[in-house]
Amino acid sequence: MAMISMNKVSKYYGSFQVLADCTTQVAKGEVIVVCGPSGSGKSTLIKCVNGLEPFQSGEIIVNGVSVGDPRTKLSQLRSTVGMVFQNFELFPHMRIIENLSIAQIKVLGRSEGEARAKAASLLDRVGLSEQAEKYPGQLSGGQQQRVAIARALAMDPICMLFDEPTSALDPEMVNEVLDVMTELAKEGMTMMCVTHEMGFAKRVATRVIFMDQGRIVEDDSKDAFFEAARSQRAQQFLAKILHH
Amino acid sequence: MAYNWNWDVFLQPTATGDDTYLGWMFYGLKMTIALSLSAWVIALALGAVVGVLRTVPNKWLSGFAAAYVEVFRNIPLLVQLFLWYFVMPELLPVDWGNALKQTNPVLQQFLASMLCLALFTSARVAEQVRSGINSLPPGQKNAGLAMGFTLPQTYRFVLLPMAVRLIIPPLTSEFLNIFKNSAVCSTIGLLELAAQGRQLVDYTAQPYESFIAVTLAYLLINVVVMFGMRWVEAHVRVPGYIGGK
Amino acid sequence: MHEFDWSSIPGALPFLWDGMVISLQITVTAVLVGIVWGTLLALMRLSSIKPLSWFAAAYVNLFRAVPLVMVLLWFFLIVPSFLESLFGLPRGSDVRLASAITGFALFEAAYYSEIIRAGIQSVSKGQMAAASALGMTYGQAMRLVVLPQAFRNMVPLLLTQGIILFQDTSLVYVSALADFFGAAYKVGDRDGRLVELLLFAGAVYFVICFTASRIVRYCQNKLKVA
Repeated sequence: MAMISMNKVSKYYGSFQVLADCTTQVAKGEVIVVCGPSGSGKSTLIKCVNGLEPFQSGEIIVNGVSVGDPRTKLSQLRSTVGMVFQNFELFPHMRIIENLSIAQIKVLGRSEGEARAKAASLLDRVGLSEQAEKYPGQLSGGQQQRVAIARALAMDPICMLFDEPTSALDPEMVNEVLDVMTELAKEGMTMMCVTHEMGFAKRVATRVIFMDQGRIVEDDSKDAFFEAARSQRAQQFLAKILHH
Repeated sequence: MAYNWNWDVFLQPTATGDDTYLGWMFYGLKMTIALSLSAWVIALALGAVVGVLRTVPNKWLSGFAAAYVEVFRNIPLLVQLFLWYFVMPELLPVDWGNALKQTNPVLQQFLASMLCLALFTSARVAEQVRSGINSLPPGQKNAGLAMGFTLPQTYRFVLLPMAVRLIIPPLTSEFLNIFKNSAVCSTIGLLELAAQGRQLVDYTAQPYESFIAVTLAYLLINVVVMFGMRWVEAHVRVPGYIGGK
Repeated sequence: MHEFDWSSIPGALPFLWDGMVISLQITVTAVLVGIVWGTLLALMRLSSIKPLSWFAAAYVNLFRAVPLVMVLLWFFLIVPSFLESLFGLPRGSDVRLASAITGFALFEAAYYSEIIRAGIQSVSKGQMAAASALGMTYGQAMRLVVLPQAFRNMVPLLLTQGIILFQDTSLVYVSALADFFGAAYKVGDRDGRLVELLLFAGAVYFVICFTASRIVRYCQNKLKVA
């Protein structure tokens, strides 16, 4: 059974269609890179996966649970799906260690000691043990994003969503974040990443989804996508983005 | 002009003989402080709730909160006070109204004043809370929800702690306002600071000393509150955080 | 539960209207004085001449630290007798009322001055530099370049403050002036219909202030688009 399955998902802002009949599956352990020009709906698409964006028609099933079903307890679903944001969105008034433990305690009901131990080991894993007692504002962008990944992992998610995790970073900090993500992919985490980092896609993606104007235009294995993108739109996009 | 300054007047026994005029002043000061602080506590709690309701994704709740704010913001404080004091007991069921009217008159004045100041100020606090929440980066709410927090948890752990920090300066001025506004309650006979000042003018024939003393007392309250809030602000400052986006 | 009887209101309407006229007169007077005197205070506060700036700072902080009720009592009870003894005037209530209104305007000017100061400071420093570079004096640059921009930005805030000021006028009740609220109270007290008259007064204030603030918001949105 697919970890995430979308069937004909459509979303409108008023009369403007943001997503049109998006259908795809993500199997356990797959790493999907979602790319496309800005405004193509890719961020909206992954925000639909954990219900941060409502959609009007179609169906999304995450690990057997329907996201659009009004009876689904979204907070419960979300606690099993990790998400990393473009602007990190750490909680500025909490120390790093508290950022990693608060939801473990309040949502999962873990004890303070257990949560902190888990947090500490994850901080160690992303190489930020020394920063545990600092506040987010005292860290660089790259460090903050690594903390954000660790914060999501602290919930023991069954899959991870990345919404342009490197696009708010200074160029020299992009790689430290991509390295953590690569590591995660190699360990078998199921991931859906909206990103323009085509190097990352080539290294670790199993599949690439290309979106344009709210539609999934290409949904192919990595090799097929990079070697022979079928649509003209994807070819143009690749030509532009790989040119740099 | 020949005015006989006489600061000793404060140490003289009052016309009723049971206290000094300084004692009256202190009674007024205590009343002003008790009234303002109790109203402030209620105003903060109510204001936080109404301010949060204004931002929730529910038309009815946010509409109710908006109406609440408009009502208390668009009627003069003095009128609101008279409504609480003269009108509210009449609109209650007769038994309650009568019971209320038989309680100690000072208690009646105090309760009406406290409710009036609390609700008036809560509407203003609510507006500050709303603008504080709205000035946070929109992704913060999503980040809270994405961690599996429910909406109330997201407000409790993520949005409110930051919003409250951001609005400490405007809250400080509301806190100062509640002390100043409490002077309005002298109009229903509550013997707080301004009313005592006025009494002193009538009783002592030393109007300058009386009013200067009362004015200085208000200045003192102002200074104390300002330093207090500055201390609070410094203690909740988040290291490394520079404004909302 | 109270039995409502609204019958004393229709007959009292002319009297209440006179009260409203007084309220509006006080409002207009105080807004005009407040803006003119407030602008001068703001300019003094921002001036490089230290004594002027100190004076303005002391004035504004003093008035903002003291309750309006206290200011009105000062100007109603103390200032008139001071003036009377100073100029040997006969004792009379005209002086008292004029004095109370003056005190009200002086008080509101402190609040206007803070709005105007923020408005002036919100105009970019480059504007003053550019005006000076064109050979304008400080006064010309202020009058022709900075203040017009500052006032355009401030219009909504000044109007909102005007609404607050209109509500504040009810406090002249302490000086026994028959403004709208004073008139309503008098009628209610006379006819034993205080409940109805106070509710009526509250409703009238609400309708006026709510409508006015809606209009201000509407204009504000218009300005933003333009």
